[in-house]
Amino acid sequence: MSENTQNLKQLPLGDWHRGLGARMVPFAGYEMPVQYEGVMAEHIWTRTEAGLFDVSHMGQLQLIGEGAADALERITPGNLSALAPGKIRYTLLLAEDGGILDDLMVTNTGHHLYLVVNGATKHDDIAYMRAQLPESITLNHLEDAALLALQGPKAAAALARLGIDPAEPDWPLPTDLYFMEAGSFLWRGIPLGISRSGYTGEDGFEISVPAEYAETLAAALVELDEVHPIGLGARDSLRLEAGLPLYGHDVTAETLPVEANLSFALSKVRREEGNFAGAARVLAQYPDKAGRKRVGLFVDGRQPVREGAVVIDADGKTIGKVTSGGFSPTLQRPIAMAYVPINLSESGTAITIEQRGKKIACTVADMPFVQHHYYRKSKP
Amino acid sequence: MSRYFTDEHEWVEVEGDTATVGITDYAQEQLGDIVFVEVPEVGAELGQGDDAAVVESVKAASDVYAAVSGEVIEVNEALEDEPGLVNSSAEEDGWFFRLTLSDKEELADLMDEKAYKAFVDGL
Repeated sequence: MSENTQNLKQLPLGDWHRGLGARMVPFAGYEMPVQYEGVMAEHIWTRTEAGLFDVSHMGQLQLIGEGAADALERITPGNLSALAPGKIRYTLLLAEDGGILDDLMVTNTGHHLYLVVNGATKHDDIAYMRAQLPESITLNHLEDAALLALQGPKAAAALARLGIDPAEPDWPLPTDLYFMEAGSFLWRGIPLGISRSGYTGEDGFEISVPAEYAETLAAALVELDEVHPIGLGARDSLRLEAGLPLYGHDVTAETLPVEANLSFALSKVRREEGNFAGAARVLAQYPDKAGRKRVGLFVDGRQPVREGAVVIDADGKTIGKVTSGGFSPTLQRPIAMAYVPINLSESGTAITIEQRGKKIACTVADMPFVQHHYYRKSKP
Repeated sequence: MSRYFTDEHEWVEVEGDTATVGITDYAQEQLGDIVFVEVPEVGAELGQGDDAAVVESVKAASDVYAAVSGEVIEVNEALEDEPGLVNSSAEEDGWFFRLTLSDKEELADLMDEKAYKAFVDGL
């Protein structure tokens, strides 16, 4: 409540959020809306209707130049050179020792790579990429673009009602996109980059819009009955239910991809090539040789366990730690993510957490805690 | 019967030697949806400023300190099943615990309603 808000940067929609009654808090160096009507109500609204999130603090980058994908592969374990135009891949930015510097989305737009990186890490990411990528690759930081996420079962219907056109007449509409596909569009003459993606586990879209038009677009969206503005509080509880790690908490420079339970991001070709930063150390854990693993936890009772609580063994010795924890509005029970020793990582294993001197019983749970509802092409 | 307030946004209602303690409406508003309240055990001896309870919202845990010293004689059992009482009725049904005051002079450190209101308006 008394946090210093003097040196915080303002996002394009800062005043707009305040006008809607948002409570603003410092996050990633910006003043951002944590909630409007309340985390619980906003969370449930997103799971049943459609929520609009301002994620303009995230870094939007372009990598331009021949061989950009090959160059980025040096510091990521994704098969980016095989990424077809219009497709998106989740990948990891790796340090020379294999530690995870960030997690990010990479889109092949057809003429360059478009990256979305975390807000708190974007400046470090840019410096690292500039140092690692050849000079023939241009890195642009799109600081004049806002990023909105529209998420929830009614997101597609809401977006369809806005009347967005493809950038070229014969290109698909935004609602024709499948999960992890992207394209270029026009709305009232405003260029939009739209991805069918998000971080809530629901169907939805992420919309890159020039900052000067962000308010017009956000206002048009919340004018729709099924769309409410949603704060960072619900964004965190939604991604936790979806089993998605939060960089800086569940995944850090001290964690390696396999132990972070992100082996899916190590593509087969790249594992075989073994030529990305930190590959030897990363692949030494693959597929099941990590000593610890990020798992989901169901917490007994009603009291949440929080980041920083420790996993203890029968003798009270610390053997792991909770990296995210909260109360699941959907399941109406506390859930968490924790690093546990590999022999305790099977679903159903009983775990003891110690928090403020109190022992709390937990059970290792499959993630996601709440089923994903992505819009995927059904296999014929 | 008189009600006192602390700068940690707790209220203390004093009747004779007994004090009922809860968090203020302002505090519940700031915390948001409350999903769990950890109250002290009956019989616990609390010193002024000791950790007395923990309020958990969807997002975060917050400590509640003992505004005054005393022995806990009763806790609000209703909060176990219905922690949301703290949101809907922070200053009445959402009380946390009662204690027997061990030092009534500590009440002089607290604010009255008018002073607390001025304190909140200044935040």
